[in-house]
Amino acid sequence: MTLMPNAITVAPLLSVRGLTRRYGARIGCADVSFDLYPGEVLGIVGESGSGKSTLLSCLAGLQPPDQGQILFDGTDVLTLPEAERRRLLRGDWAYVHQNPRDGLRMGVSAGGNVGERLMAVGARNYGAIRATATDWLGRVEIAADRIDDRPSAFSGGMQQRLQIARNLVTGPRLVFMDEPTGGLDVSVQARLLDLLRGLVRDLGLSVVIVTHDLAVVRLLADRLMVMKSGRVVETGLTDQVLDDPQHAYTQLLVSSVLQV
Amino acid sequence: MIEIRNLSKSFTLHNQGSAAIPVMADAHLEVAPGECVGLIGRSGAGKSTLMRMVYGNYLAQEGSIRVGDLDVVSAEPRQIIALRRAVLGHVSQFLRVVPRVPTLEVVAEPLLRLGVPADQARARAARLLTRLNIPERLWTLSPTTFSGGEQQRVNIARGFVHDYPALLLDEPTASLDARNREEVLRLIEEAKARGAAILGIFHDEAARDRVCDRLVDVTAFTPGLAA
Repeated sequence: MTLMPNAITVAPLLSVRGLTRRYGARIGCADVSFDLYPGEVLGIVGESGSGKSTLLSCLAGLQPPDQGQILFDGTDVLTLPEAERRRLLRGDWAYVHQNPRDGLRMGVSAGGNVGERLMAVGARNYGAIRATATDWLGRVEIAADRIDDRPSAFSGGMQQRLQIARNLVTGPRLVFMDEPTGGLDVSVQARLLDLLRGLVRDLGLSVVIVTHDLAVVRLLADRLMVMKSGRVVETGLTDQVLDDPQHAYTQLLVSSVLQV
Repeated sequence: MIEIRNLSKSFTLHNQGSAAIPVMADAHLEVAPGECVGLIGRSGAGKSTLMRMVYGNYLAQEGSIRVGDLDVVSAEPRQIIALRRAVLGHVSQFLRVVPRVPTLEVVAEPLLRLGVPADQARARAARLLTRLNIPERLWTLSPTTFSGGEQQRVNIARGFVHDYPALLLDEPTASLDARNREEVLRLIEEAKARGAAILGIFHDEAARDRVCDRLVDVTAFTPGLAA
């Protein structure tokens, strides 16, 4: 039927099979498998120690898994030569850290932070780099006259928006986010969520977002994966998992949220 | 357009002694294009549960729910997302939005997600907000601060901004004054005229009589309540 978008027949952008990471006898994450399709936002939720951050760092290549396979656009990422994997991390992939200090160079100007990533993928013309950086600062609602200020002079929310600009300037197709609204005031969170939603929609980004905040995934994620003790216990459409949770742990998680 | 067969559902509460509560058994109904079917039955009989299952918000244990070409019961999440984007609209009783997003954007968003150019999407959103008597000075504000009736009208505008072939309406006229109620009933009649299949819950009996072609009493599907 012509009404259904053809996205149904499209191949997954990221395909993960049997991903496992152990720390000695302890399980970081075990036997995680999923497909992520272009333009899709996957939320990974669970309490501290559930393995969600371990999973994210294995997916993003920040630490090697012990077992499993990660296919990005059909390419086996784990067997990729180091140089090509680094190119992926600088261009097609992006990683937004919970603490902007981990994702920014604090001693470099805001414009430099954005421009640096462009130069890493080969941009050389100073004027063009500065123009693109200015455009991206605007998109994340940082005034153009702050371009030469260092991030250390920015508020937490501004730093987080700058980190997002730095990550998205190279037009990545896949973005990993680790608690991106974590350390922010509630009012700043809402603004960042709105910004992220707009960017995901307008740029067609695929996103894997890790958070313990169920309100954040309800507004941002299409699908959810619920983790407990390193394993995925439930998956599904975000609102379905939150409103009709099937697993005992998810039911506990959802019913434990304070209502405001 | 909407076809429900042998649908059953129960909730299992794992943290309360794994109590299994059957809430629906062997439900069946059909909604043809251009038709509006109203769900009736006493409070707790399962009207909202049935609507939520059609939207894919609640899982079913058995049976099928066809909306267009898709069986919602067995569909992948991304198929349901695609269905909701283009085919199946939903006007719930409560507005759930990101705080601080302007009303005009909230209403235009379903069109933006379909790839409609922003100016066209906003123009269409503006027409609906005007019809539903939301003053233009409020369009740049977030609806989270609006009154209940205003929020409901924003929700309705959002649900009608795209011409969905199928629509779920949960009490669309509940907290509206006469003028706005009339406007919403006209929107429903126009949607029927262009061929939309509508499934709704209307406690407003006069509204129900005016827009519904048929009524289905869900008590017949409620385990332990069936006559």
